[in-house]
Amino acid sequence: MTAVQVAAGWSVVAAALMVIGAAVAAGALDAAVDPRSRTVSLSARLLRPVWETSRLLLAQRRATTAADGLLATAGSVLPLLIALAMVAVVPLGDRVVAAPTVGLVWFNAMDVVLWVAWWLAGWGPNSVHPLVGGYRFLAQALAYELPLMFALTAPAVAAGSLSVTDIVTAQKQLWFVAQMPIAAAVFIGAVGAFSLWGPFAHPAGTDIAGGVLAEQPGPARLLVRLGQYALLVVGSAMAVALFFGGGAGPVLAPWAWTVIKTAVILAALVWLRHRIPVWRPEKLMRAAWLVVLPVTLLQLLAVSILAAAGAAA
Amino acid sequence: MMLHLFLLLAAALLAVGLFGALSQQSIVMVMMGLELMVAGVIVAAAAFWYFLAPSAPDGQVLLLVVLSAMTVEMAAGFAVVILLFRTSDADMTDMAAELRG
Amino acid sequence: MSAAGIAVFAALAVIAVAAGIAVFVVDSMARATFALALSFVAVGGELVLLTLAYLGVVTILMMVMEMAIMVIFMVMFMMNPAGLMPMSMLHNKRGALAISVGTFALLAAGALAVPWPARHGAVPAPAQTTRAAGEAIMGGQMPVMVGISAVLFATIVSALVLAVPHGRYDHAARDARSLHDRGLHDNARHGGTHHDGTLHDGGDRR
Repeated sequence: MTAVQVAAGWSVVAAALMVIGAAVAAGALDAAVDPRSRTVSLSARLLRPVWETSRLLLAQRRATTAADGLLATAGSVLPLLIALAMVAVVPLGDRVVAAPTVGLVWFNAMDVVLWVAWWLAGWGPNSVHPLVGGYRFLAQALAYELPLMFALTAPAVAAGSLSVTDIVTAQKQLWFVAQMPIAAAVFIGAVGAFSLWGPFAHPAGTDIAGGVLAEQPGPARLLVRLGQYALLVVGSAMAVALFFGGGAGPVLAPWAWTVIKTAVILAALVWLRHRIPVWRPEKLMRAAWLVVLPVTLLQLLAVSILAAAGAAA
Repeated sequence: MMLHLFLLLAAALLAVGLFGALSQQSIVMVMMGLELMVAGVIVAAAAFWYFLAPSAPDGQVLLLVVLSAMTVEMAAGFAVVILLFRTSDADMTDMAAELRG
Repeated sequence: MSAAGIAVFAALAVIAVAAGIAVFVVDSMARATFALALSFVAVGGELVLLTLAYLGVVTILMMVMEMAIMVIFMVMFMMNPAGLMPMSMLHNKRGALAISVGTFALLAAGALAVPWPARHGAVPAPAQTTRAAGEAIMGGQMPVMVGISAVLFATIVSALVLAVPHGRYDHAARDARSLHDRGLHDNARHGGTHHDGTLHDGGDRR
């Protein structure tokens, strides 16, 4: 595979369309493996994104009293916009939309803007259940963010660069997942955490009537759900670029390998949603700060020692 | 000329932050004013580094120090605000005027 | 700097100052906090414009995270977090305005009048600024980094000690207190008050 190059200007639109398409596919897969819709036929389950989209677009508009319209709209729109901003630095095979020298830090900054997004989705509607969901999310975010940051630092240290394209190129001999499996696992877990997915869905939990998703009117709810799936897609693609060698592979074109690897990780994430129960933020925080963070720091230490030894040799 | 523009921006941010820090009654709003002032300092430091001595990395180290100082100040400040509220039920600067108690 | 650079600078500068002013003008505390976040994003953009790519993006990252946490404190401490009852929470408004306008005039006069020296050294590319900063802070300026890490650690510990209700004592004291309050403590032989104010004595445990 040749080095990753910046693609032409229209690639912005192409990347956005690919993310949205993959998000819809993830939604279809989620519906297919959902145990609650066992009685429905498989073809009907796979078409659930279509039914949901039309239902939400045609749903009766509803509003809460004294809602903060600007902040509520911002909270609804931001998850999808953040996913699209993230995908700008994620390479597809050997093409990328933008290759800044600090692409990894840009990805990290965008997932921090998600803190604001989910809290706004909770605050905007001026309603109790979303507010509780927003605060639950911030508690959960305090737990996963530091392990995520250190897990992102590990491939940067191993590749000697903060640019995602350099990290992909540095995996020519060996994929980073062999060198830093804990960092890969923590990163994929954090992708689920900032998408409010599976065990990390307490902010959108059923015990608070859907939490941050509770009071979203139809089109806004569609954007938020699409944003959730889009964040999963972009997170999986970034995991492929950071830990699984990007587009490297024997026979097919680099972009095909990226798509295949992303699909595998995405399918695993979607399938795990209904297999693992929801984790409450205080238990998550205890586990994250007492176990996951020290283990991630040790992983980073091991990677740094290897990198220093490699540089000295 | 660009240095002058950057310094004017820094001065404007510092002035707006100063207005907030002096006039706000609530302690957390005073802290927001302080944040704006430090933002002004950050812009000024970066502009001085870029326009006067870009080959020396000392300017960047200064920026890192200023960023860390702001973070530390905010963390300690919020802890103190919580403690003030717990002990003397004060969330306005006027209520916290006495050191005693 | 090119014309496009000057245009971007002007746009970001206007956003930064306008958002900064909006912090103290809007009624809703949530909007004030995120106006400050927007101001900091503009400041980060200015840093990126000055080829400080890493510092600019890190500023955006840190400040957005800080604002997300600060909004919890704002809603906690402010009287009117959603701005539904507009009230002016200022004291000494004219004095503060005079002082801040005077300070701005003084600083602007100084910025424009002082004969700044010429540039000393070439401007590095954004890739090199990050590397130069990293090498400086791990090499010649390492005392700075060690000092910052010590200060940060001390801040974490001191902020936790100050903010957590049981202070630096562990959970045993808190649990003992809560058991006592509920009257379930085994050795509660002394009197106290029920929550409704009536007295009770410990009673004999024969």
